[in-house]
Amino acid sequence: MQIAESRPQILRRPGFLGRYMQIEYVFRGVVTVVALGVFVLVLAMIYELAHQAWPAISEFKLRFLWSTEWNPPKARFGALPFIAGTLVTSLLALVFGTVIGVGAALFLVEFAPSWVRVPVSSMVELLAAIPSVVYGLWGVFVLGPWIQHTAGTFILKYFGWLPFVHGPALAVGIFAAVLILTIMILPTIVAISRDVIAAVPRSQREGILALGATRWEMIRIAVLPYARSGVLGAAILGLARAIGETLAVALVIGNSTKVPDSIFSPAYTMASVIANQFREVENSTHEAALIYVGLLLLLITLVVNAIARLLVWRVTKGQITTVIE
Amino acid sequence: MSAATGTALSMRSRNRRRRKLTDAVASGAITMAGIGVIVPLVVILGFLFAKGLPALHLSLFTENPGPTGVAGGGVKSAIAGSILLLLLALAMGLPAAIATGVYLAEYGRGRVGFFVRFLVDVLAGVPSIVIGIFVYTLIVLRMGNYSAFAGGVALALIMLPIVSRVTEEMLLLVPQMTREASYALGVPKWRTILTIVLPAASSGIMTGIVLGAARVAGEAAPLLFTALGNNFYSTGVFRPIDALPLRIFTYATGPFAYQHDQAWASSFILVMMVLVLSVSARILLQRRAR
Repeated sequence: MQIAESRPQILRRPGFLGRYMQIEYVFRGVVTVVALGVFVLVLAMIYELAHQAWPAISEFKLRFLWSTEWNPPKARFGALPFIAGTLVTSLLALVFGTVIGVGAALFLVEFAPSWVRVPVSSMVELLAAIPSVVYGLWGVFVLGPWIQHTAGTFILKYFGWLPFVHGPALAVGIFAAVLILTIMILPTIVAISRDVIAAVPRSQREGILALGATRWEMIRIAVLPYARSGVLGAAILGLARAIGETLAVALVIGNSTKVPDSIFSPAYTMASVIANQFREVENSTHEAALIYVGLLLLLITLVVNAIARLLVWRVTKGQITTVIE
Repeated sequence: MSAATGTALSMRSRNRRRRKLTDAVASGAITMAGIGVIVPLVVILGFLFAKGLPALHLSLFTENPGPTGVAGGGVKSAIAGSILLLLLALAMGLPAAIATGVYLAEYGRGRVGFFVRFLVDVLAGVPSIVIGIFVYTLIVLRMGNYSAFAGGVALALIMLPIVSRVTEEMLLLVPQMTREASYALGVPKWRTILTIVLPAASSGIMTGIVLGAARVAGEAAPLLFTALGNNFYSTGVFRPIDALPLRIFTYATGPFAYQHDQAWASSFILVMMVLVLSVSARILLQRRAR
């Protein structure tokens, strides 16, 4: 009673609080519905692609995954050459990118003074801002000829005895794609591993240094094990980026529908075959088969990204520092 | 006795030498990796300047592409198309992205919030070519033609995760006390968000928008089957339209030298645009973080 009377005048006006609460519910409802729209969006993507790919799915079923025949005129399709091309290019890029990227992240966190760290960090981030198609252009006119005339002959001469290394070294092919992808996934791997490594508590480092460890022993024993799952997450995010990378790869991969047998073979990845063939489909089955490839690509990247995000989150506790990739 | 001590000492010093050597080698390798990562940027920017600047002419901005094979002409239609596509993407993407960010920051504490945040991050990883086919099946097939509208939708979907997560982070930077002060004055939550929290975070959100715009300005893959490209100047929202990245892709695979020159020059323009956008966004962001 007492309290009710001490309320401000405005709150005693009938219906006032009720109306305000209604707006609150409406506002909350609207933003929630929009946010949940993301869920609908992901479902809609899977549904739409599956729907449009249905002629190919019902005809080729899972055989699509391991059949090597890609024959548009005869309308017979199998995606193994593209799946193989995607796996080979992105896994090799992942290996190179992780070795260099984690090394660079360690350099930035453990070695570099801040006048080096800040500019190098931002230069790596600028690398992420360069559009894919510009990488492709550079690959076609600079990297390709360099591989053909210099790097390729060098590798064939000294490493030609390795399996899967035989010539001729063309300007386009798996190797060019791997180099471009390595450069393109570096910013992702460097930025996230840098944040994860920086999140290792100082006491970890100080403890082992006090025991007389060298700096490398500190990194190996105290820092890397602590940051392991986050660095793994960074690497998998890089992998996801490499798998989905389209135009840069489409320009340098060499466009061959055969399963590659050498690191210099021309090939196709799942993303690049869609980019190059979708506008010039020969029949409706061809279009459906390409959308089927797109559906596989979507499912693969959804799974890979989900794993990576969970790994990174476990370390950074949900505070993703690098949405900007 | 003394001999044994001597051996132990020399072993210890050998051991220490080995450890020092490993340390030096590992430090050297790590430093090389650190310096090595900036090499690609320097090389690529170097070539852009070396090949793009000489090919840069005023006519690029004022003329449309000529007939294929005839040297000359410019990329005016592509620049105009890129700007229109960007505006369409912003108009369609921003409301949804900011609403999602508001939900995540202000209401997304529980399990549903976690789920949405997770999906937004996963969506950020969906390849842009897949977004392109999705929009093709969703809009181009249904409407019966390629259009700038479809291209705008595709770019909006790519921008959505970036802008919503930056919005969320920026809203969370607004001190809780600011919200509480507003509640204490009897202002309900929705009004607090709209009139207090969002304005306080507005410069940070702007940064996110600029970053999102920089990201989609360079995208060509999602436009291949949506905006399609166009050899003629067009500003029609429901007609096919050209874009700078698409033009570069076409010219990079073209047979003529003038196409290659224009591809380098267009790349130079595009990269400068994107770099100016993202560098200014980062400077804003850093100033804010301090």
